[in-house]
Amino acid sequence: MTHIHYRQIEGRSLGYYALLALLGALVAAGLAAAWYMEHNGHWVTGMSNQIVWGTPHVFAVFLIVAASGALNAASVAAVFGRAPYKPLARLSGLLAIALLAGGLAVLVLDLGRPDRLIVAMTHYNFKSIFAWNIFLYTGFIALVVVYLWMMLERRLNAYSRPVGVFAFAWRLVLTTGTGSIFGFLVARQAYDAAVLAPLFIAMSLSFGGAIFILVLLAACRGTGRPLGDELLRRLKNLQGVFVLAVLYFVAVHHLTNLYLAERQGVERFLLLDGGVYTRTFWIGQVLIGSVLPLLIFFTARAGARALIAFGCVLVLLGGLAQMYVFLIGGQAWPMPLFPGKEVSSGFGDGAIAAYSPSLPEVLLGAGGIGIALALVALALKALPFLPESLADTDDDPHHKTGAA
Amino acid sequence: MNRRDVLGLGAAAVTATLLAPGLRLIELARARAPEEAATGRRRWGLLIDASKCGDCDACVTACRDENGWDGHGRPATDAQWIRKVTLTDRQTGHVQALPLMCQHCADPPCVDVCPTGASFKRADGIVLVDKHICIGCRYCMMACPYQARSFVHEDVTNQKHHAPRGKGTVESCTLCVHRVDAGGIPACVEACGKNGNKAMVFGDLKDGQSEIARRLARASSLQIRPDLNLNTGVRYQNI
Amino acid sequence: MKAIVAVVAALFTVAALGWALLAYAHSGHDGKKPARVPLPNMATYKGEQCVEPAAEMRRNHMKYILHQRDETMHKGIRTTRHSLKNCINCHADPKTGSVRGKDGFCESCHAYAAVRPDCFSCHSDKPEQEARNTAGVRPAAVRARAAENVRRAVSGKTP
Repeated sequence: MTHIHYRQIEGRSLGYYALLALLGALVAAGLAAAWYMEHNGHWVTGMSNQIVWGTPHVFAVFLIVAASGALNAASVAAVFGRAPYKPLARLSGLLAIALLAGGLAVLVLDLGRPDRLIVAMTHYNFKSIFAWNIFLYTGFIALVVVYLWMMLERRLNAYSRPVGVFAFAWRLVLTTGTGSIFGFLVARQAYDAAVLAPLFIAMSLSFGGAIFILVLLAACRGTGRPLGDELLRRLKNLQGVFVLAVLYFVAVHHLTNLYLAERQGVERFLLLDGGVYTRTFWIGQVLIGSVLPLLIFFTARAGARALIAFGCVLVLLGGLAQMYVFLIGGQAWPMPLFPGKEVSSGFGDGAIAAYSPSLPEVLLGAGGIGIALALVALALKALPFLPESLADTDDDPHHKTGAA
Repeated sequence: MNRRDVLGLGAAAVTATLLAPGLRLIELARARAPEEAATGRRRWGLLIDASKCGDCDACVTACRDENGWDGHGRPATDAQWIRKVTLTDRQTGHVQALPLMCQHCADPPCVDVCPTGASFKRADGIVLVDKHICIGCRYCMMACPYQARSFVHEDVTNQKHHAPRGKGTVESCTLCVHRVDAGGIPACVEACGKNGNKAMVFGDLKDGQSEIARRLARASSLQIRPDLNLNTGVRYQNI
Repeated sequence: MKAIVAVVAALFTVAALGWALLAYAHSGHDGKKPARVPLPNMATYKGEQCVEPAAEMRRNHMKYILHQRDETMHKGIRTTRHSLKNCINCHADPKTGSVRGKDGFCESCHAYAAVRPDCFSCHSDKPEQEARNTAGVRPAAVRARAAENVRRAVSGKTP
């Protein structure tokens, strides 16, 4: 495949600097928000002793899940040997690292004692899924860095495939670990389900894929590099399948809960009379995040780039909505202490917990997105991640573009 | 069993024989010396008789005074180590009240999920947070079935010497470990006996002669969320 | 030849730098110029002797406290000799009733050494006697210490 020529982006245009300035502002706002939250304590946020994980975690889990999914294109090329995806592998790996870094930054900056991050590296409880995830996340970053090195260094190209296969296996385990953070929570009825692991894998494929398509479209458009309709057609169809997969696992999860008498309360809350959570589920997650994008991906022509990009944006908005309902809605429902009894106390027992996101939380979350995208923008300028051309004819091995 | 234990047991036996009705002395003989580590030969627990517990909050007030977790008038974020919960039967309308705090499980979910090991169970069954290595991730609060834990949401000053607590870490009922280590009983139990309805008993679940063990053997009791099989150290009667 | 010149030049540079550093380090102690950072307040208010020799404590107090911390927290060992409470009970300034503040025993030295102690985000910086008046009950550690003393007296061991 020596005919693929990669080149750094120019990175001197006004647009590029404007993008960096915008992302830099997002990152600065996120850091300022984190400082404000840590300085005052978490009471200035919407979080409480009932809703212990709030909007920062919505963004953090969203980014971490998307990170492993951003590796899709590389995996399709390396594991399933699909040549058209090969030129996308480098960008795919880069995006995976950047998104994970953004998500982890949010998670760490929301800790009660972020200054003790070193403790999380020196004290381990190996029964904790969190502790496993610390290894899964850092291992993933290291593995993808090696993978990128194998792809960037011509001498080592031959090894890129086995490393890519290993990275694919690792990302499956990683997302299983992320899903299990919730799947293993026996006490809470909205979680505690084995199906959360495959659901999170499906979510990662969908969210990561949508971000990948958007970044690819933006990068090719911004640098004037050609992007073939055939490649985009494949990507959008695959994206449609991922959205369907998420819907499938969401349906299985809810149907399982609906069958159990003890869980009908929480299902009724989320699906029927949970106010903002019910609306966010049906309008945000199902309509905007799934039905509309499916219509777009399976009807639009590959040439309709704006429409496909719009579909991807809808998937991401729906993904955030899904994380919100899952995380906040799942905690808002009280834990069942005494089945068959009405429970009340001065500490929120038996009552739906109140939560409204505060500005610092949203800024911190958006800062994570800023970190991820700024890393991508800077890396594209520093190293050759992006092919000079992704025109369809370039898939033909006999076709040659300009010399390296 | 080392020499000290043998001597201690001997002394206790002699004391018990001479002053059998003098319960106080037997208690003293059982208190651990400061340099002795807590062991698994004991398991501290509580028994709460819900039929005696009424419309009073002596236990909550006592705990707050003892451990200094009085808040800032913000119920959503203020700490609550122990709370009174009211139960109303949906079918019959029967109303009951009882105190709820950390249940000091034998298999605590908070300890399982804690990434750094800050949540831990002492050899004598008391579940604690080591705030020195707590990073404030709140995963234990997600995992606890009893909502027994609080996150310290703002700066704390004038902490009690025996109950250090600070912003950004998680905390919960310590079973008044500082009192227990000195041979005493938790503040809530003491207050319930003095100013309350005498609904709480504290003691060693592994000591068949203790009041708590004898009462548990005599009448039926239950754990909250017995389905989770956590083997709680706090048991209830007459719910 | 070039190599020799280079080595000589390097040695000379190192020597010059070392001399400059020494001179700088001494400048704070020659009495003419005041030190740029105020010297810590090492006044003690109680007792003749610390629980370990002063030189040992200056260098290793954190190790003793850390060790005691884990013993007490995880095993319930409540000896007082190396406990933070014991430090504070002796070293608190009677005027401020604290080991913190600009001239506080802990804080002034930690400011001088530019090391931030993490104790007082959770622990009280005041001696127990102060708190006893407000708390109304005898603090457990005082009881524990009393018990320890009794025990020592009984077993014939001296601290």
